[in-house]
Amino acid sequence: MNPLYFVFGTPLLGGVVLALIGHRSYARDVNVAFSAGSFIASCVLTVQIIADGPLFALEKQFFIDPLNVFLVTLTAFVGMTTSIFSRPYMRVEQDHGKMTPGRMRLYHSMYQFFAFTMLVALTTNNMGTLWVSMEAATLTTVLLVSVYRTPASLEAAWKYFILCGVGIAQALFGTILLYMAADRVIPDGVDALLWTNLDAVKTQLNPTIISLAFVFLLLGYGTKVGLVPVHNWLPDAHAEGPTPISAVLSGLLLNVALYAVLRCKILTDGALQSQFAGELMIGFGLLSVVAASFFLFRQKDVKRMFAYSSIEHMGLMTFAFGMGGPIANFAGLLHMTLHSLVKSAIFFSVGHATQKAGTQLMEDIRGLIKVSPTVGWGLMLGSLAILGMPPFGVFASEFLILTTAMRDLPWATPLLLLALGISFAAIFSRVQPMVFGVTSVKPLAHPPALVPVFVHLGLGLMLGFYIPPYLNDWYLQAARLIGGQ
Amino acid sequence: MNALISQLINLFASVILILAFAMLSQRRIVNLIHLYTWQGLAVVGSTVVVAYVTHQHHLFYSAALTFLLKVILIPYFLHRLINRLNVRWDIETLFNIPTLMIIGIILVVFAFNVALPIAKFSDTVAHGTLGIALACILLSFLMMITRAKAVPQVIGFLAMENALFLAATSATYGMPMVVELGIALDVLVGILILGVFMFQIREQFDSLDIRHLEKLKED
Repeated sequence: MNPLYFVFGTPLLGGVVLALIGHRSYARDVNVAFSAGSFIASCVLTVQIIADGPLFALEKQFFIDPLNVFLVTLTAFVGMTTSIFSRPYMRVEQDHGKMTPGRMRLYHSMYQFFAFTMLVALTTNNMGTLWVSMEAATLTTVLLVSVYRTPASLEAAWKYFILCGVGIAQALFGTILLYMAADRVIPDGVDALLWTNLDAVKTQLNPTIISLAFVFLLLGYGTKVGLVPVHNWLPDAHAEGPTPISAVLSGLLLNVALYAVLRCKILTDGALQSQFAGELMIGFGLLSVVAASFFLFRQKDVKRMFAYSSIEHMGLMTFAFGMGGPIANFAGLLHMTLHSLVKSAIFFSVGHATQKAGTQLMEDIRGLIKVSPTVGWGLMLGSLAILGMPPFGVFASEFLILTTAMRDLPWATPLLLLALGISFAAIFSRVQPMVFGVTSVKPLAHPPALVPVFVHLGLGLMLGFYIPPYLNDWYLQAARLIGGQ
Repeated sequence: MNALISQLINLFASVILILAFAMLSQRRIVNLIHLYTWQGLAVVGSTVVVAYVTHQHHLFYSAALTFLLKVILIPYFLHRLINRLNVRWDIETLFNIPTLMIIGIILVVFAFNVALPIAKFSDTVAHGTLGIALACILLSFLMMITRAKAVPQVIGFLAMENALFLAATSATYGMPMVVELGIALDVLVGILILGVFMFQIREQFDSLDIRHLEKLKED
């Protein structure tokens, strides 16, 4: 039996089972168990890939190659750690009366379905299924963003639904155009949307159709990546939803959307034999980095601030993949991994911090380190890691991106440096008094789950020193696959 | 024969375009739903004609699926929704309908210009309608931007989905069946979630006016 089926079969089953279990107190443990099951399956899959190389499943409808294998494991891993974090977190929310039994049922069930849609999006070989699962990922999370039913959360969810819905509709039009171009080259229509088939004939695809298709695909999936100027849904959805959802949205969903863009870019580059796709991505990426860093300064809500930081980092990755070439692609992939790990760790600490302080306003959160040293240090170290301080891995990936930019696009380097400098000042000056300073926060009824925070940060630290050889191989192969230049 | 058929397909496409304009200027919610139903029917009609001419059997299935979904299920659901929300006879004030129409016409011209160079690469009988499909997408988009109430916004969203379906039939004889089923499922789940959502919004704000949903401004 192929472990791939278990990777996304487990969360699918989990979604159904948790909908049946409802709000019973062991539901949160069952949630962890299903996420862990999916992660174990992904580990088995990884081992198998290391031994046997890439694989296909279900008549080529699903596939694993170096570009998606590490993302599958990463997604399953962060899915698991977030479910561990959410155990005490959601319990406190229940005690505060923010979560009713019905909402808990919705939350757990949708959490698993959301993991399912992301894993399908990552492993599918069919560009149509990719679209369907990206849309399904929005649908599963929209009710989670509004789960507290406050005016602000309803507004955030409505914006999320409408903006991502419209965005993803553009991506569907792009997919239709892609199919139209493929239909002329691949005679058997049913398999014409399989990515591997498209990749094999990409040089014969009609350039006029493909360039228009890519514009629509980039705009569509770019909305979900959170690229400026189609980012408006992102800070609201991150700030108003439950924190575990902010963590998986930021750490996983944005990655999956960027992954979809990358798949499209590979085909477009092959068809056009030009830098068109790369230049578009450089433009959007750079705009996102710079705009987000200025928005960062004006934030008062801690989750909103880190949401803007996500936009900045997604922009940086888009910029790196836009430049293309082995080094920039390698850096982009590394940055994708690190951002996922570190940003979700930050959201875990922020979640506990906001619960302790009873507010998300940064000026009211003070002196975390006095009440709970682990939460305080988690937030501090996480912020330093995401700001690119050595020895954390983000330093390495940002350094690689910057040096490549200096070589290929010298004019962009000062803009990037300026943006990184501004975000450093913005985030550090806010986090410092939150962690140190005179305290007002109270301890919590249920001890927070801080193991995930430090496991994530530990991994982020490790990747700064040492990248396991097979991971390195995948990055290199994937970097070659993405190509560019 | 072939000329007649392609005339027929173009006729259906023009009906869809006219309905898109009608929706853009329609103020009464219940009429919007009627227009949406008619648009769905026109989409089904054009799909059936294309399926009949080209002997693409899977297009018959997707026409049947579309009929079930967009002519029966979704309109039924929308009618139920507006009854239960008591907004059946609501009228929305729309400013400057003539200006809206002119913007709409500009969008149509733009869409035709974008679609023209691509449509000639398509060898389907319906390739002429790709421009119309893109125009309908943009018009639905315009409708969503100009509406301040939740239900019309959703209908704009659904009209956009109709236009995308038209684009798929005109450019490629429809998407593969797996994908089409997936899209249908997404639309169905989406509309159910939106229904739940409207009740939440109403409960919270005592109104379905999206203008209440502008608190989270960028400060």
